[in-house]
Amino acid sequence: MSSHTGHPPRRAPRSILPWLATPALVVFVGFAVLPLVGVFALSFTTWDGIGAIHPSGLTSWRAVLTDPGLPHALWVTFLVMAVSWAVQTPLSILLGTFMAGRQRYRAVLGVVYFIPLMLSSAAIAIAYKALLDPNFGLGAGLKIQALSQDWLGRPGLAFGVVIFIVSWQFIPFHSLIYQGGVQQIPKSLYEAAQLDGAGRIRQFFSITLPQLKYTIITSSTLMVVGSLTFFDLIFVLTEGGPGDATRVLALDMYKRGFQASLMGPASAIAVILVLVGLTLALLLRRLGGRDAGASQLEGA
Amino acid sequence: MSTTLTESRRPRKAIHRERRRPSRQAARRRNWVGGLAGWLWLVIVAVPLYWTLITSLKAQSRYYASNPLVPSGDPTLENYRLVIESDFLRYFVNSVVVTAGAVVPAVVFSFMAAYAIVRGWRMRVLRAMNGLFLTGLAIPLQATVIPVYLIIIRLHLYDNLLALILPSIAFAIPLSVLVLANFIRDVPNELFDSMRVDGATEWTTLWRLAAPLTRPAILTVTIFNALTIWNGFLLPLVLTQSPDRRTLPLALWTFQGQYGVNVPAVLAAVVLTTLPVLILYAFGRRQLLSGLTAGFSR
Repeated sequence: MSSHTGHPPRRAPRSILPWLATPALVVFVGFAVLPLVGVFALSFTTWDGIGAIHPSGLTSWRAVLTDPGLPHALWVTFLVMAVSWAVQTPLSILLGTFMAGRQRYRAVLGVVYFIPLMLSSAAIAIAYKALLDPNFGLGAGLKIQALSQDWLGRPGLAFGVVIFIVSWQFIPFHSLIYQGGVQQIPKSLYEAAQLDGAGRIRQFFSITLPQLKYTIITSSTLMVVGSLTFFDLIFVLTEGGPGDATRVLALDMYKRGFQASLMGPASAIAVILVLVGLTLALLLRRLGGRDAGASQLEGA
Repeated sequence: MSTTLTESRRPRKAIHRERRRPSRQAARRRNWVGGLAGWLWLVIVAVPLYWTLITSLKAQSRYYASNPLVPSGDPTLENYRLVIESDFLRYFVNSVVVTAGAVVPAVVFSFMAAYAIVRGWRMRVLRAMNGLFLTGLAIPLQATVIPVYLIIIRLHLYDNLLALILPSIAFAIPLSVLVLANFIRDVPNELFDSMRVDGATEWTTLWRLAAPLTRPAILTVTIFNALTIWNGFLLPLVLTQSPDRRTLPLALWTFQGQYGVNVPAVLAAVVLTTLPVLILYAFGRRQLLSGLTAGFSR
């Protein structure tokens, strides 16, 4: 039987395989690749979103690069990324380690943990907006001063609220990833450590954490690249405000393009957004030697 | 009994059980920090959800006076009536049309592409396609929304549900192809070989062999994409205009703009728009969760 020969040559001179991939390719090129090229092209034009598109050289870029709004938006984007990473990672590892255990009630906790993941960012933002209202929200209703602040009206607080909601929504997801990672650590490592008299905390830092290295990289990649896409939440929650305290790049792009009708500069911002995303992904891949999944494919 | 011996003889599932046994002793020393964090997190997650639910059942007149954490003595569905009368059934239908219309082709196309990539790895064209899809993972696709808007206008699809469907398919492809290819790769080569010996074409092999064997992965990818598209906000915001083209998240946002002061009604809208997903969650929690971590935790 030919199946005994192991790997028969897979060549097929006029294979239909490329045709099977064609529908996906066509849609992807049409609505992802082409727009990606288009966004570069549009950044060298002037367009109000309705009328004709006029080539205008570097005008948009000059406008964007000299606008102090850009470094600010970059800074806010970076802050959201860094702070949300720093808040989510330790908590997710802690919860993931906890959930990897096997007590019965943990499964019950799990049911509730993941509900926020199912909700749309718009729904979450709207519920929180009502909940945090300084006059009619939860804090005011309970008559607790500390909780009835103008959460979304003061820059620092609004930023904190964004980070909190992001964590509220996504920590369960990352805990789930860590739970999987922890469950793959061979138990023999812990037994050996126990024999050596290592305590719980020692075990966590010298076994669990190092063994989770790739899980940490995977989860961090998702957090960091994902943080570039917090558009819905921030848009509904604060519209970038108060002032421009939470105006991240994606929001800056939307406001310039679809509210101020300056599609040229908005496209330039979009190009910057793409470059930031690509740079981060490459950097993280370098760091880990593999990323969310690319290496699994390449290793085929 | 030597563990190594038993392990080598047992299938994978059993190994897991075997491996876990020693942890029972370890579990006797409780993980206090983890436990505390676990319960604390439960409170943090549950309170806003609970508050949203009970408030949506309060009469607006009672809302300001009552204790926010105590459910109303006489709950009312009045808020829900207001929401439903505000055309939410239409928005629900729109969301269903867009989600189904995008997810089905997205998964079918992705599956075909993933199959081709795995089976035709020797062909440079297919490796190049794979590289292209993978790059899509690293790019925040919302950055392409301006040209997408332009293309949709030029295709005369602006303010049409098809305008939401087409880009949604494209955005779903990279991750779907990645996850599905990972699973198709696990199908033993011998099975493909024997199909070929039996004279099956690639097309038959795709549907008769690869699809049934990777059904959990297909389900997972379907759920993940459905959730993403169902909850999508930016595309409807940018690509539609008429009230009767709104999908649920956008409708929720405009409803809030309109009835902002009527907090119970706004929260009823929040609950109502999330209800379909929560019902799904109740029935298929395991699939949903594996769907969310698909391809990441492997």
